[in-house]
Amino acid sequence: MNKNAIIYGVILVFGLVAPFVFPAFKVQLSILCVLIILATTWNIQGGEMGYNTFGNILFYGLGMYLCASVQVGMFFPLAEWTESGGEKTFVHTPTQFFQGMAAGLVVAAVVPTLIAGIIGYAILGLRGHYFAICTLGLGVAAGEISGGIEIIGAGQGFTTPPFPNVGGLEARGEFFYFLSFGALVLTFLAVRAIYSTRFKLILNAIRDNEDKAEAMGIETMKYKIIGWMVSAFFCGLAGGIMGGLVGYIDSTDVAFDGREMGVFMVLMAILGGKGTLWGPVIGATVFHIFKEGFWTFFLGWQYVALGVLIVVIVIYFPEGIMGWLREKYPERFGEVVDEADRKAQVELK
Amino acid sequence: MVFQYPMITVQACLDGLLLGILFALIAYGMALQWGVMNIINIAQGDLVILGGYIAYFMYLYGIHPAWGVIVSPIIMYFIGVGIYKLVINKVVDRDLFISILATFGISILFMQLMNFAFGADVVLANSGYGTTMLFDNNVTLPNSKIFSAFISIVFAICLVIYMKKSKLGRAIRATAQNARAAKILGVDTEKVYAATFGINAALCGVAGALISITFTIHPYMGLPYTIRSFMIVIVAGLGNLPGVAMSGMGLGVFEEFADYILGTEFRIGSVFLLLVLILVYRRFKLSRKREYLK
Repeated sequence: MNKNAIIYGVILVFGLVAPFVFPAFKVQLSILCVLIILATTWNIQGGEMGYNTFGNILFYGLGMYLCASVQVGMFFPLAEWTESGGEKTFVHTPTQFFQGMAAGLVVAAVVPTLIAGIIGYAILGLRGHYFAICTLGLGVAAGEISGGIEIIGAGQGFTTPPFPNVGGLEARGEFFYFLSFGALVLTFLAVRAIYSTRFKLILNAIRDNEDKAEAMGIETMKYKIIGWMVSAFFCGLAGGIMGGLVGYIDSTDVAFDGREMGVFMVLMAILGGKGTLWGPVIGATVFHIFKEGFWTFFLGWQYVALGVLIVVIVIYFPEGIMGWLREKYPERFGEVVDEADRKAQVELK
Repeated sequence: MVFQYPMITVQACLDGLLLGILFALIAYGMALQWGVMNIINIAQGDLVILGGYIAYFMYLYGIHPAWGVIVSPIIMYFIGVGIYKLVINKVVDRDLFISILATFGISILFMQLMNFAFGADVVLANSGYGTTMLFDNNVTLPNSKIFSAFISIVFAICLVIYMKKSKLGRAIRATAQNARAAKILGVDTEKVYAATFGINAALCGVAGALISITFTIHPYMGLPYTIRSFMIVIVAGLGNLPGVAMSGMGLGVFEEFADYILGTEFRIGSVFLLLVLILVYRRFKLSRKREYLK
């Protein structure tokens, strides 16, 4: 326990100091925070519940659009804003910007949660690959449809309000960094709290054998929906922050980007290790570093690299980094190991 | 609008039916590998587009693109077997999600490689077949569509006969029924799997060549074809060939009407939404059945 407290303390201090120590990487660090949030929340479905979804991107994109729309719509007519494109016909004052952002983030988190409840009731009864394909369809459909709606910019995209001119040049990066870091801490603590309750055991029971769990008297549907709503809440929040950070929302390339973000979150969780608390965090960090390397050195070939990466990770590392560590050092994970048994297993291999 | 202008209705129905036959051909390939290997291939649509590019290249080099119907499946068969040997045979008996994700990776890879190799333009192989006018020139019907529907039917019939009569076809059907029993009785399931994947890729090649003649192809257009074929298969049920043909045509007609009524920008979106609706309907139907069993 004491050791854990030190680890958490070190990470927290690092998180708070990082933007000042590495000022050039502020945006990258903020994106990393968002990626960790997405991977961690995907892990609630994919890792703990055994429902492999491609659809969490839906809540992320929704959050993005909702946050930006609320931020604009509170003070200016939304249609005219999108009409004007990137031109600065309307300018937010600092107060308006922050008020709008706060309200927008609340909406961006709450509305996807409700939508997750409704959609979850409809589709969480599907099992296995039907669920996976259905959520894939949901994500793409949302992208295609939002690309046809005029008021949020249709195909030409939506420019989020620019950061007001306060606090110097560095203020924008620091604001978004601390916003995303705060969201990350919130997410991590919430997920950690959830994982220490009976709720997590129920989710694991659903993953291991849903029919049996139902036979034991657990209302699996209720817990599945709640699990998805928790994911949707944080995905929406992350989306809202990311929208402001990127500054520009496009229906298929930024918001509902199933080809990038939608796969990234799955991949990060699998890379780190499904069904563990720290796995997605580690996976997201490793993945982000690798990705930035690829994206810089293989410019243009990044999707080829991504495709190969997916195939390789899925085929050769389905257990992820945490799974590998667990096999190597089971004592660290609180598992009692019989030495003779372990040696026998090693010999068998 | 549908009732005010009956000619548009006729046009949409005809277009949809001819398009639907093509979809059914792709869906047949998907049903085949789903039934035999229990794999859902997200890269199905990208195989279709790749087949289309083969026909398009023949067109660029001055060969009539209709010959692509012969050449494309042969090339695609070997590509399919190659994919099987490299990736799929490692995921065949694993968790279903692993195979979905692996084929998703292949799909992204193909998409981008095609983008590099052929460019991001929307292309079309002009067959020069002309058009037929019906009903006082109110309904236009490109001959290439009729040609493609005819060829798909021919290929589908050939394949059905092949699956019924040939030795490999019998082995494939045996493996689909029970892989272990087939193995015990001396069927080389590994070979059967490879052949199944190859045949599926070849079917995609035929469909792709026909699509490049009839419609347009673009490196990023693959995923909708995957979703369409998935949808057709779940509506029809595995191993129900007339059902596949019927639901394929139904989907084609639905799409044409969605195109006319909602507008072209919502066409793909409506396909994906239809998928979600069908799955939701299916879930409620099944859950009612489960309650009845209780």
